[in-house]
Amino acid sequence: MLANYGYKDGSGDYFITVDTDKCNGCGACVEVCPAKVLELVEDEFDIDAETEVAAVTEEHKKKIKYSCGPCKPASGYSITDLPCVKACESGAIDHSW
Amino acid sequence: MAEDYRMVKDVKGAEYWRWTESRWTDPDLDWRNAEVVSAGVDVGSVSTQAAVMVDGKLYAYSNMRTGSDSPESANKAIKWAFEDTGLTPGDLHATVGTGYGRVNVPFATKAITEIACHARGANFMYGPAVRTVLDMGGQDCKAIHCDERGKVKAFLMNDKCAAGTGRGMEVFADLLGVHINDVGEMSLKVDEEPPPVSSTCVVFAKSEASGLLREGWPKERVLAAYCSAMAHRIADLLERIGVEKEFAITGGIAKNPGVVKRLAKELGIDPLPTDMDTQIAGAIGAALFARALYLKKMKK
Repeated sequence: MLANYGYKDGSGDYFITVDTDKCNGCGACVEVCPAKVLELVEDEFDIDAETEVAAVTEEHKKKIKYSCGPCKPASGYSITDLPCVKACESGAIDHSW
Repeated sequence: MAEDYRMVKDVKGAEYWRWTESRWTDPDLDWRNAEVVSAGVDVGSVSTQAAVMVDGKLYAYSNMRTGSDSPESANKAIKWAFEDTGLTPGDLHATVGTGYGRVNVPFATKAITEIACHARGANFMYGPAVRTVLDMGGQDCKAIHCDERGKVKAFLMNDKCAAGTGRGMEVFADLLGVHINDVGEMSLKVDEEPPPVSSTCVVFAKSEASGLLREGWPKERVLAAYCSAMAHRIADLLERIGVEKEFAITGGIAKNPGVVKRLAKELGIDPLPTDMDTQIAGAIGAALFARALYLKKMKK
């Protein structure tokens, strides 16, 4: 399942997408995120799921624009070398910027 | 002094935003002979619903405003759904809480996110052909893709911006002095579509509308400008995950033809019709999950 966390407001799109089918719950992204935006949670969408999946924390959902600011292209990052994207071996994380 | 202030005016007549609370029971069903009686309680930011199902069929529901106390709202809603049915909380085999206040449903067996519940509920209400569900709630808006069993395949949530939500419509009903149940129809009574209000934020949209009223715009035209702004905003949001047929809208805004018709036109897809209350989709989904959880537990 594709989980799009974040929002769209008058200034643009701010979404982090986690593909829960690809995510194996290893937690590497949680470790490397400098802003601590991600966490591992129980897969609420699949009652039978045995592993946890990565998700954006409740605290950061409404301020991704700012929380993820340091990892935006303006700060010298391209989409492929964002810490969380790079850390994810299964390629489960994507961003809207 | 304080007492004099209270007497200044009767505010009751001025509550245009206050939508109709309701409850319903299916007289043809009897819970006493049922194998599984399950309940779902959806405590939202603006409204709370409780749905009771007997063996996977909708038996009773209630739909009311959420108060300042979530557990209290959940209790009130389930009590109202039970009214005249003879049901007591002890008769429920399983209950699932959902919505913003899902962790605050005191008698729930489990809390499940409202995204999963809305998909499951829409699957029940509109049939298995539904692939895209748009839940237009009181304070946020969610777009969901699901499969033929109502399982979520992708979702998108706009949980920061109040543009395109029920609360925004309530604010406009109050500003214009038009009852919330009538704003949609009224917004369609314009000869020509006015340009949509440009502000994204409800508060700014409201001040923009005040300006339009001062310019002499009739209420119908102001409502049309707001409804079309809302429809446009939602269409914009939906673009991110796309709209697959069949398409269904749940939540309170689904009852507002002013937004629904404009949105259908913009997307080029008509949403599926239903005779059920669109606000109870989340509670129905939760009750279906409760039933599934109970059956799973019994098998073990």
